[in-house]
Amino acid sequence: MSDSTAVANGAAAGTVDSHHGEHPPYQRHHFETVGQQFDATNFAMWLFLLTEIMFFGGLFTAYLIMRNWYYPAFVEASHQLNVGWGTANTGVLIVSSFTMAMGVWSAEMRKKGLLLVFLGLTLLLGLAFLGIKSIEYSEKWEKHHVPGLNWSDASFLNPASDPEVYKEYHDKPLPPDMAEKTEMYFFLYFAMTGMHALHMIIGISILIFMIFRARADAYTTGHVTYVENFGLYWHFVDIVWIFLFPLLYLISRY
Amino acid sequence: MSTIINLPDQSTARIPKMNFLTKENGLLSWLLTGDHKRIATLYLISITFFFFIGGALAGLIRLELLTPQSDLMAADTYNKVFTMHGVIMVFFFLVPSVPATIGNFVIPLMVGARDLALPKVNLLSWYLYVIAGCMAIYTMAAGGVDTGWTFTTPLSTHYLNTHVISTGLAIFVAGFSSIFTGLNFIVTIHKMRAPGMTWFRLPLFVWSNYAASLLMVLGTPVLAITLVLIVLERTVGIGVFDPAKGGDPLLFQHLFWFYSHPAVYIMILPGMGVISEVISTFSRKRVFGYTAVAFSSVAIAVFAFFVWAHHMFIMGISNYSALVFSLLTMLVAVPSAIKIFNWTFTLYKGSVTFETPMLYAFGFMGLFTIGGMTGVFLGATGTDIHLTETYFIVAHFHFVMVGGMLMAFLSGIHFWWPKWTGRMYPEKISQLAALITFIGFNFTFFPQFILGTLGMPRRYAAYPPEFQSLNVFSSAGATILGVGYLLPILYLTWSLKYGEIAGENPWQATGLEWMTQSPPLTENFPEIPIMDHEAYDYEWLERQKQKEVASVG
Repeated sequence: MSDSTAVANGAAAGTVDSHHGEHPPYQRHHFETVGQQFDATNFAMWLFLLTEIMFFGGLFTAYLIMRNWYYPAFVEASHQLNVGWGTANTGVLIVSSFTMAMGVWSAEMRKKGLLLVFLGLTLLLGLAFLGIKSIEYSEKWEKHHVPGLNWSDASFLNPASDPEVYKEYHDKPLPPDMAEKTEMYFFLYFAMTGMHALHMIIGISILIFMIFRARADAYTTGHVTYVENFGLYWHFVDIVWIFLFPLLYLISRY
Repeated sequence: MSTIINLPDQSTARIPKMNFLTKENGLLSWLLTGDHKRIATLYLISITFFFFIGGALAGLIRLELLTPQSDLMAADTYNKVFTMHGVIMVFFFLVPSVPATIGNFVIPLMVGARDLALPKVNLLSWYLYVIAGCMAIYTMAAGGVDTGWTFTTPLSTHYLNTHVISTGLAIFVAGFSSIFTGLNFIVTIHKMRAPGMTWFRLPLFVWSNYAASLLMVLGTPVLAITLVLIVLERTVGIGVFDPAKGGDPLLFQHLFWFYSHPAVYIMILPGMGVISEVISTFSRKRVFGYTAVAFSSVAIAVFAFFVWAHHMFIMGISNYSALVFSLLTMLVAVPSAIKIFNWTFTLYKGSVTFETPMLYAFGFMGLFTIGGMTGVFLGATGTDIHLTETYFIVAHFHFVMVGGMLMAFLSGIHFWWPKWTGRMYPEKISQLAALITFIGFNFTFFPQFILGTLGMPRRYAAYPPEFQSLNVFSSAGATILGVGYLLPILYLTWSLKYGEIAGENPWQATGLEWMTQSPPLTENFPEIPIMDHEAYDYEWLERQKQKEVASVG
């Protein structure tokens, strides 16, 4: 807590309820000190991220089991993903993590202008990620690779029917019972990247809210907990992608 | 009979004018509250509501089983009734029962804080619970679900056309409510303790809720994702659990029980915390082996995550993993036994009195021991293959959950009722209720052990006529049990207005929650207390009282 705020509030304390006067306005009443408030909310965020790890953990378990069982199907199905777009998206997210970290730094340094710039950049990069993801998803739809809704395993029974991918990988036709397991790969692909995209959408919504709040000086008067905890969430979502990218795109490449 | 109840002079005593119940008035002040005590009250009302829905369904089950034929309802309806009974009792009563009500109320008081660390998240947790509850009620109104509360695949994904999706989503939402409660407790216990309140001065109730919270935070998300997969399977037909598409129904079992086995410890651990408090208070002794009891809670939480496959011994898992999981299952019995033995040693040479919370606690110790021991039968693979899917399982589970947890819940409600409302419950009739519950419980569930060993399978509306007499016993017992549960509702409501004024510390207990007025202030303590003694230090309490007398005199 900065001394000037304490003095200013302390002077008013005589007239107002003393309980209200002794601490900065952002300190909630049930905390004894700002430090305790920061520690508690920060710790809560880490715990929440732990639950998120367990949440994604279920999907990763399913993925690892199925991948071990149906390895050839997973390899050929992964060839349908565009490594270029995947790499681009990895880059986008890593840069967005950097801009987010800079945003937290600007809030700590009480630089409102810079904070707005970095939050804005993070927002743009987040949207760019979703844009690229939607290009990839629509490609899957066109090629009938959406399990359950629009599905055909022709590309795996007869890889030559898909000249673009065939040119690059020269995949052999899969036997029918293995070819149909590619649907499992695509289901897991959509479930995992979809769950990740959902987290991105939630993150972006919070970012928009935060930009409005930042314009109203909410984070540049010494109370950075909200920005910092959101930063943790944003980095977590990035890290999930760092695992998804090699597991889904690069199966036969390492 | 001797008693430790020490009430203020009734002719002069008043409920403090300023307390958390009277601070603000109006519906909105309750619906938008951040006060953990008010949220606990909201939770108490909500879970009681669901308990009586679940209880009514249980009544229907016992009524149907009065006769060997399925005559009261069709077999289909019976399936729906036992499924909804399970879903409501597990997810809407047992999981939130002690933590979200009693825990919510007393944990901040016990650690000497003004509130839980995240009051808004606490309120959100209650709203999620209510939303989930509405979804569950919608499911019942729309025709119910008949998968059993375990949602076994491929039954739940391919062979049934009931409301699996809305039930699944209801449990998904309820799960987040429980995650937020657990998260809040962990943060509060780590970061909000009063000066001097070290980890080993915490009441054991706090330790056991801490252990349960770990399970909520780590286990529930896995159930959430599993239910998402079930819902996706039914809506878009994705096939992770569908063998026809290369999926694996056993994978569902692994994921489901990875949560649902720890879930039974989520349900029982907070109850064990209540028992520690009650046993210590009513035998006027520090809990024997405090550290061992504290760590046994954590040990149960850790072991809980490594025993789930004992639900799957007959499902075709490998013999070697069955062997390992059987061994690990036996290990869980050790920390549970540590608790039972330590409570017993606490009683030894204590000044035991028999107020209602203590009677329920005795019920807990006896019934939980039987429930736990029969769990060892089921953990042994050989006997499990004979006993699984019979009424033995039903009896075992209900001994632990109803005989154990529900007894602990009622014990806790009576124990903290004076703190919560500022008034005492009527002692004689509540002792009678505790006795009726105990007798009714044994009549209901003990015959089911015998039925199970004789081979009566669970989850059927009809059964061979030779099982009828034991089933009649069981149904008759359920009626007695029902009376035992209705009585507290009546006299506790009565006591809100007519109960004796309790004062700060009617039990002469040592926890910080007894060092403030009843009902407490919204901010719990006028000033944050300083903890300068060990937990359960009754000599310290005596010295305090003498000091007071001296200073007044």
